[in-house]
Amino acid sequence: MVAVYAGHALPQRGVGIALPPEPGPAYSAPGIMTATTAPTLQLPADWRDFFALTKPRVMSLVIFTGLCGLLAAPGPVDPILGFTAILCIALGAGGAAALNQWWETDLDAKMKRTANRPLPSGRMDRKAARDFGIALSAASVLILGVAVGWLAAAILAISIIYYAVIYTIWLKPRTPQNIVIGGGAGAFPPMIGWIAATGEITLMPVLLFAIIFFWTPPHFWALALFVETDYAAAGIPMMPVVAGHHSTRRQILVYAVLLLPLSLAPFWFAGAGPVYGGAALLLSGLFLLLALRVAVFRGGAADMDMRPEKRLFAYSVLYLFVLFAALVADRWIMGSV
Amino acid sequence: MMTTPDEFETQRRKIIQGRNRMLGLVLAGFAVLFFAISIAKMSH
Repeated sequence: MVAVYAGHALPQRGVGIALPPEPGPAYSAPGIMTATTAPTLQLPADWRDFFALTKPRVMSLVIFTGLCGLLAAPGPVDPILGFTAILCIALGAGGAAALNQWWETDLDAKMKRTANRPLPSGRMDRKAARDFGIALSAASVLILGVAVGWLAAAILAISIIYYAVIYTIWLKPRTPQNIVIGGGAGAFPPMIGWIAATGEITLMPVLLFAIIFFWTPPHFWALALFVETDYAAAGIPMMPVVAGHHSTRRQILVYAVLLLPLSLAPFWFAGAGPVYGGAALLLSGLFLLLALRVAVFRGGAADMDMRPEKRLFAYSVLYLFVLFAALVADRWIMGSV
Repeated sequence: MMTTPDEFETQRRKIIQGRNRMLGLVLAGFAVLFFAISIAKMSH
């Protein structure tokens, strides 16, 4: 018979070998096809796989913007309750990411960028991922509600449902506007951080929400332009796949234009000081220039290599980090907000 | 990947042991967190 042993510490996964011809079970990780009809034994998922399920890199941006919302808010924040709020935002984001991967296992398997994730690679059982996502999400909302406040907990619950259900299940497979509307899911953390500190929704957290909301489409579409084949293979209707490059580039520019005045709105209308105002003008101006470079496709060597798109994508991540850091710096240096 | 049932079992035990350790750490962390939250709420 052919037995397949697959697991984390084993150098190669899913490679079958011929064992001595005694009858016996096949050994494999979940989802690995074996060339036998014998029952299979599966290695359990490692804790690192559960950690990977939370999308730690995405979570770092979520934690950062949530922390900035908390630190930029007026008034003192108890450090333990502040830490709890950020922890709950991180747990909620991790839970939503796990649910996203549970739902999209088949799609992830079709894309080079995501094929090695714990579920599509067969290292983890889907049910375990679903239960893990639900447990993390529920725990984050309950702890935030009990420790910090139920308004912040309600917004966190909405953001988890928004990402796991509205974006992942409903919008993403159906419309090229998926990122536009779904961008709201990633825009909640600074709002939750602010509400955790102040207990109320004012103009500033709404503006912070709006900045991330309008930042998301150019950020994701820049990525979608240079990994378009991946999305097309998975049948996801991302903008470049459905509307074409020309339309996507034009829309990236439109959002970059809108982002400039919007990023300055906290300075004009919500009490942010000159440190933030100067940083927003500089950062959004550069964002606009890079988006303009993406919009004007000249067909040269750099354009064919998608260098402007890659540059805009990398800059967009830096943009959000620095813009929100400037907001906190403004509050702590100038005492504004 | 060539391996035997014994190696498979060793690997399985190693993974479960690692998961148990991590779960223990997380639970201990939550116990400390809840204690700290209680103190912080009482002092307000």
